[in-house]
Formats: sequence, structure tokens, C-alpha cells
Amino acid sequence: MAGFNKANITPPRWLLAELTYACPLQCPYCSNPLDYAQHRSELSTEDWKRVLSQARKLGAVQLGFSGGEPLTRTDLTELVKHARDLGYYSNLITSGYGLTETKIIELKQAGLDHIQISIQASTQELSDHLAGTESYQHKKTVAQLVKKHGYPMVLCVVIHRKNIHQMPQILGMAEELGADYLELANTQYYGWAHVNRDLLLPTRQQFEQAERVAQAYKEKVAGKMKIYYVVPDFYEDRPKACMNGWGTTFLTVAPDGVALPCHSARDLPGLDCPNVKDFSIEEVWYQSKAFNFFRGFDWMQEPCLSCDEKQKDFGGCRCQAYLLTGDMYAADPVCSKSPGHMIVEQAIARAQTVAALPANEKPLVFRNSKNSRMMTNN
Amino acid sequence: MTINPNQVLKFSPLHRLQWEEAQQKHVILYPEGMVELNQSSAEILKCCDGTRNLEQIVSDLEQKFATTGLTNDITVFLEIALKNGWVQQG
Repeated sequence: MAGFNKANITPPRWLLAELTYACPLQCPYCSNPLDYAQHRSELSTEDWKRVLSQARKLGAVQLGFSGGEPLTRTDLTELVKHARDLGYYSNLITSGYGLTETKIIELKQAGLDHIQISIQASTQELSDHLAGTESYQHKKTVAQLVKKHGYPMVLCVVIHRKNIHQMPQILGMAEELGADYLELANTQYYGWAHVNRDLLLPTRQQFEQAERVAQAYKEKVAGKMKIYYVVPDFYEDRPKACMNGWGTTFLTVAPDGVALPCHSARDLPGLDCPNVKDFSIEEVWYQSKAFNFFRGFDWMQEPCLSCDEKQKDFGGCRCQAYLLTGDMYAADPVCSKSPGHMIVEQAIARAQTVAALPANEKPLVFRNSKNSRMMTNN
Repeated sequence: MTINPNQVLKFSPLHRLQWEEAQQKHVILYPEGMVELNQSSAEILKCCDGTRNLEQIVSDLEQKFATTGLTNDITVFLEIALKNGWVQQG
């Protein structure tokens, strides 16, 4: 951690404002922390405005309003307006649940640039089941309204074993709704997805087939709809360059004001993540222990330290290393050079076994406050 | 994609072109992404205001920077811009 000063730290470009953990949906792969029900306090409107102003001054330009469901915040329009005045490009990352045409117009007038709507599957039955809420028809209506009012429309579908067989229908649905972008986000196994991994991780065969279908469609709709395909890193040989490198680009602020180098980082031990109620964004970014913790390469162990690819992937994801090996300094086990790689192979084998069992053998754990409290107490 | 020389070029309403003080450069912003531009690319895009075709953009920029022979560079860049959806025609 030595040797860092303002001169060699790049400024933040992205601010993810997790406005709230409240959400009407219960998706079993939610990336919010398992113990979210314990973090009930939320920053005030004034706190958020200050955070937005300070981060913008440092150089942040992309802003994500996320959650939970950001629409549950009654001050959303006010925050959007403030963001526009500061020159942010603001993205609303929403389930679409509860979004009305009036609100869509109001947010547009306040300066919102883009709305990303998540849909859980291509059929009502499965989508509503995964969301834990009857929401599919409403989401489709909202997607059309977003388009109608001149926003770039991004449809996000999280992909896993329960819906991966619908890949052709999901692509068709996105095209039919007139999506400008389709994000096919293969589940990343953190938080709630980690708990449900045996039930969500597709088999290699399923993954390869779905990827072929998606890549072929990409060519078919070139120039009309952009498809972002987020690869499932369990089936990769090398880890993802998580967050484009720790403390280089991304800044997340959680609902209670805790500033995080990535949205899962509050699960890592001993980082002492700072709260924006106590520190300015400048102090958070340049001086805090948490943001300096994994900057650069000095923290690495072998095989990462002497690896000629460390500049490319920074040893992968710290949260995944911790979650799978218990050691946050370890190489990301996704990497085939990692001594912990067998953990990923075992997870794939186990998911394959579970996939062969009758569907009711083991239920999904849905993301809700009751389950959050139950799992945190155990 | 090739430029239609008879049609005007217009910056895409689904993207935003803006000067970034912190980076001292122009950027294109779009859903969850950003492209950093060098000065000449930014100058070309600023001309895509829906009133000028390729030939007019070339002549305006050649005049502005008191130079000639920009046709090729500008055409190549605008083809990339069209392909990426930063600018539109028709």
C-alpha cells in the first residue's frame, strides 16, 4: 500500500449510488449483501447531493442510481435534477416496478439520461416466479413507455440455469420491445446468488449453447440493438479484471453512506470502509484505508505476483477470492493458475449433479428481509 | 458503413457529447459507457448538427483550421462514428 499519492491514483469515473436496499422484488441472485436488513439507515437528500457534487468535482461522470429499487426514494427526481446540473450522465437501474408514465416524463424533464429495466425471463410465469412478485406485464409496458419518451432503452436479463433455456425467446422479446441495448448478464455468484449457486449455475453445455445463440443474434441485429454479453466467469480460464482495478475507476456508495471500492466489498474483513457522513469523497478516494487496500500489485501473493498477466486482470476479484477460499489476498479461483481453482471445478460439478435432481428437491432462497435476518442470525 | 454524401449528419439523440473539465477532453456518453475523444474527433462531431453534409463539414473544418486535404481523415472517422451509432443520417 506504500507509494501511493494523489499523483498516481486515477480519479473516479463511475459513481454507483445505491439509494436504498428496499425493493419490491425478491430475486434470488440479488447482489445486495445477505445482511442488508441490518443496514436500515439511508442517507438524506442533502447527503446524497453533497456526495454527487464532491464525486463530480473529482471527475466522476457516469452515475448509476441503483438499489434495491431506487424508485422507492421519494427524492429521486430531485437527485436526478442535481446530477444533471452537475453534468453527470445518469442511469436509472430499476426493476421498472411502480414506474408510471408520469414519473417517466418527470424524470426526463429533470435530466435523466437512460433507464435500464430488468426482466427476469421471457415468460410471465417464470419472470414473476423469479421476481417473487407479479411484475412481468407491467415491466413490458414500462419498457415501451421508456422508448416512447426518447430514452435509450436498455433491457437487462440476468441469466442462470432457470432461464438459460429461454435465450432465443429472451432475444426475441428484446427485439420486439425495441431495446437499444440488451444486457445478458450471466449471474455473478456473490451475495444471494452465492447462496443459491447450486440451483443457478448453468451446466457447461447449457452455457455454451446459450452463448452460441446470443452471438449469432448479435450479428443479426447489428446496428439496431447492441448486445452486451457478460460472461459467466466460472467458465472462463482467466478471472475478470474486476472493477477495472481496485480504486481506479469505480466508487460505490451504499444506502447507509458506506463508500465501497466495489458493491460487494463490505463483506471483506478489516477494510474499515469509510462512511461519507464522516469523510469527503476526496478523502475516501485518495486517503482511506479501504480504497488503497488493493491498489497496485504489492498486496499480491503467488501465483499472481510474478504472473505476466497481472496488469491485465489484477489477480481477479477480491470478493470472489475471499468468498471461495476465505483468503482475500489469494488469486481469484476462477483462474486456472490459481491453487484454489478446484473449488470452481467442484462447484460446477455439484451444480451439474443438482441440475439432474427433481426441481422441488431444494428450494431457491429468495431475497427478502425475513430471509436476510434468518441467514444473518445463523 | 458508408456515408451518404447527399445527406446531412446529425449527432445521435441517444448519446451525449460533452466537455469534461477533469479530463480536459470531450467525451461521448451513452448508457453505462464513455468514449474519450481527441481534439480533432471532437471538432468533427461538433459539426454534426443536422445542417451539414460530409462535403460541408470538410470545407468548414478546413476553413476553421486553415488547412486542406482533410477529406480522407474526416470520412474515415465519420464512418466509424456512424457504425457506432454516434451520428445518424436520414
